[in-house]
Amino acid sequence: MTTAPAISAPPGSVAIAIRSEQLCRHYRMGETLIRAVDGVSLEVRAGEFVALLGSSGSGKSSMLNLIAGLDRPTSGTVVVQDRDLAKLSREELAKYRLHVVGMVFQSFNLIPSMTLAENVELPLRFAEVERSRRDSLVHEALDRVGLRARKDHRPSELSGGEQQRAALARALINRPQLLLADEPTGNLDSHTGTEIMDLVREFNRQLGMTVVMVTHERALAERYARRMIFLADGKLVDQSLNGPAPAQSGTPGGQP
Amino acid sequence: MKLPDLTELALRNLRESVLRNSLTTIGISVGVASLVAMLSLGTGLQQLFSRRLAKSGLFDTVFVSSRRELRGMGREEERTGPNPGESRVLDEPARQEIEHLPNVLEAYPDIRFITELRYEDKPHLTMISALPSSAKSNDAFESMQGSFFSSDTAPEVILQKSFAEELLGKTPPLGAPEPNVAELAKPLLGRELTMRYAQRAAAPAPPQQKNDAATADAGAVGAAYSVVSREQELKIVGISDLDVESMRGPMRAKVFLPLQLAESLHVMQPTDLREIARAASDQPVYSSISVRVKNPTQVQAVEDAVKKMGFTAFSILDASRSVQQVFRVLFAFLGIFGSLALTVASIGIVNTLVMAILERRREIGIMKAIGASDGDVKKLFFAEAGAMGILGGIVGVVLGWAIGQVINFGTNIYLKSQSLPPEHFWAVPWWLVFFAIGFAFLVSLISGLYPAGRAARLDPVQALRYE
Repeated sequence: MTTAPAISAPPGSVAIAIRSEQLCRHYRMGETLIRAVDGVSLEVRAGEFVALLGSSGSGKSSMLNLIAGLDRPTSGTVVVQDRDLAKLSREELAKYRLHVVGMVFQSFNLIPSMTLAENVELPLRFAEVERSRRDSLVHEALDRVGLRARKDHRPSELSGGEQQRAALARALINRPQLLLADEPTGNLDSHTGTEIMDLVREFNRQLGMTVVMVTHERALAERYARRMIFLADGKLVDQSLNGPAPAQSGTPGGQP
Repeated sequence: MKLPDLTELALRNLRESVLRNSLTTIGISVGVASLVAMLSLGTGLQQLFSRRLAKSGLFDTVFVSSRRELRGMGREEERTGPNPGESRVLDEPARQEIEHLPNVLEAYPDIRFITELRYEDKPHLTMISALPSSAKSNDAFESMQGSFFSSDTAPEVILQKSFAEELLGKTPPLGAPEPNVAELAKPLLGRELTMRYAQRAAAPAPPQQKNDAATADAGAVGAAYSVVSREQELKIVGISDLDVESMRGPMRAKVFLPLQLAESLHVMQPTDLREIARAASDQPVYSSISVRVKNPTQVQAVEDAVKKMGFTAFSILDASRSVQQVFRVLFAFLGIFGSLALTVASIGIVNTLVMAILERRREIGIMKAIGASDGDVKKLFFAEAGAMGILGGIVGVVLGWAIGQVINFGTNIYLKSQSLPPEHFWAVPWWLVFFAIGFAFLVSLISGLYPAGRAARLDPVQALRYE
C-alpha cells in the first residue's frame, strides 16, 4: 500500500465544505492501539456527493463520526464549513450537529416510543423552534419523503424503507448544509435502497446539500456518488470520479 | 430545550415504563406521606395546645393591676418598681387610656365577686365573673349549650356546668364520668335566678331606694360611699362545659354575667375597700383590668407600655414561649423521622434513573447525534426526576392526609370509649401541603443530579453502538 496521498477536491473550486488534514483517531483496546483513522487528509467541496468506501474496519465510519462531530480527533484537524471541530466545546459541537449536520444511519435510529412526526420534530425541540412553526415544518419534511399519511405511526409499525425515509426527513428538518449517511441502505432490500438513494440524490441536487455517504457497496457508490474515496486500515488509499464530471479533469492521487 | 418540551418529553418517558416509574413514584409518595403525617401530627398537637391555651383567654391578654394592689405581696416588680405612693389608681380614665394604646382590642375591668344566687328558693354561694361581649368568639364557648348573652346589658347569665349540676342538686361523686351538658341544660335554660348582692352607692347615698325586694340594711363604710343590698333577676341563657379548673383570669368562675350589666350594678368588690381613700371621684376603681391584644406577638409591647403607665402588668407570654420552644423541637424531631422515608425514596429515584440510562442509552446517543446538547440530556433526566417528585408529592400529601384522618378517627373512637371528648389533633395546613410537594420536588432533583450528569456525559459513538 502506498502512503496515503492528500486528496483535494476537484479543482475549479467552489467553497470547501469539509477539509481534513492528517486526521487521526486512535484508541486503545486492552494492550493494542487501534488506528481507526490514521492520517487522512481530504477535501470535499460544497454541494458534492462523496462516497467513503472500504471494507469493515477500514475506518470509514470513524471518519464519518469525526466529520459529524460525534467524536474528537486524536490529532490532525477537521474543518467543516469553516469550523475547526477539534476546537469546539462540547456545547458548540452539539450546536454544530444540530444546525450544520443531518445524519442517517444503517439502523435508522428512530426513537421507538415516538411517532414519526415526533421523531422528525425532535431536532426542532432541541433547536427551540417556536411550537407554532414546528407543525408546518414537520409536514413539509414528511411530504418531501412521502410519509405524511403515516405521521402518527410508531417506527415499529413501518417498513425499513419507510423508517429510513423518516430518518431522512428528520435529518433535513433543521436545513443542514451537510448530510452524513452511514450505510443508509445496509438494512434495506435493493429496491427500497434505490428509493432511499434517489431521495438522497434529490437532497443533494435540489437542496444543494453536501453528502458524504459511507458504504461498502461499490455499485451503489458508483451509481450515486460523484466521487469515491477508498479507505483501508484507517488510511486513504484511493479515490475516483464517477460519471460525467462537470467540466473538470481527474484528481491527483494514485491508484492502488 | 424549553420547559414545555422538557415536561412533555419527561412525562412521555415516564409513561414508557409505567410500572417501574409508578413504583418509584409510590416510593416517593410514601415518603412524603410519612413526612406529612409526622408534621401534621406536630401541627395538630400544637394547635390543640394553642386552642386549649386560647380557651383560657390568656394567650392574647395582658393582666393589669394597680401597684398598690400588690403592696406587701413581696412581688419583685413592687420592690424594683416605683414607690407605691407614686403609682396610679386603676380607674376608668386609666382603663380608657390603656384601651387607646396601639394594638389593644379592648381593656375591660375584671369584675368578680362572690355572692348568693337563689334558684327555686335555695341559696347558692358562688363566684361570679363578668364577660365582655368579645368573649362570645372565644373558643371557650364553642361547645356551649344555649346561647351567648343577647346584649351586653341583658339581665342574663351563663352557668358553668358544675354549677348547673349544683342547681339541679346532683353533684356526681368524684371520678364519675363527665355529665352531659345537653342534659343539664334542658331543665335550666330559660329559667330565672335571683342574685343577691351588695351595691356600692356613691355618697351621699340614699340607702332608702325602695326596690321591690331590696332591704336597705347597709351602713356607710367610709365617707365616700355606702353599701346597699340589692337583688337582680337573671335569666339562664347558656350552660358552658368549661372546666373551671383549667380556666384562668375572668373565665375562672362558675357564673358569668354580661360586662356592662355587671358594671351598672356597682357590685361591692373586696378591693373597693382598699381604694376608698384614693377614689378621687365617683368613677369606679378597678382591682384589675384585662387587656386583649390584637395578636399574641404584640403582647410584649403592650405589656411594656402598660408598665410605663405605672401599673403592674403580666402575661403568660414567657410561659407560652417555652412551650413554643418545646414544639419547635418536637417539630424538628418529627420532621427528621418523616424525612427518613423520603430519603429512602430518593435512593429509589437514583436507581430508577440509572436503570433508565442503561435502557435508553441508545436513545441518548440518537438524541446527541441529531443535536441534543449535554445540557438538553441532563435537563431531560432532571425533568423526569422532578416530575416523579411532584407527582409523588401530590399523591403523598393526599395519602398523608388520609392516614391522618384514619388515625384521628381511630383515636377519637378510643377517646370516646374512654368517655373523653373527641379532639382534632391532626392538621394539614396549606403551608405543609406546599412545603411537602416542594420538598419532594427538591429531593427528587437532588436525586436526579447523578443520573442526569451521567446521562449527559455518555459518549454518543459508544451509545449508538449499544444495542
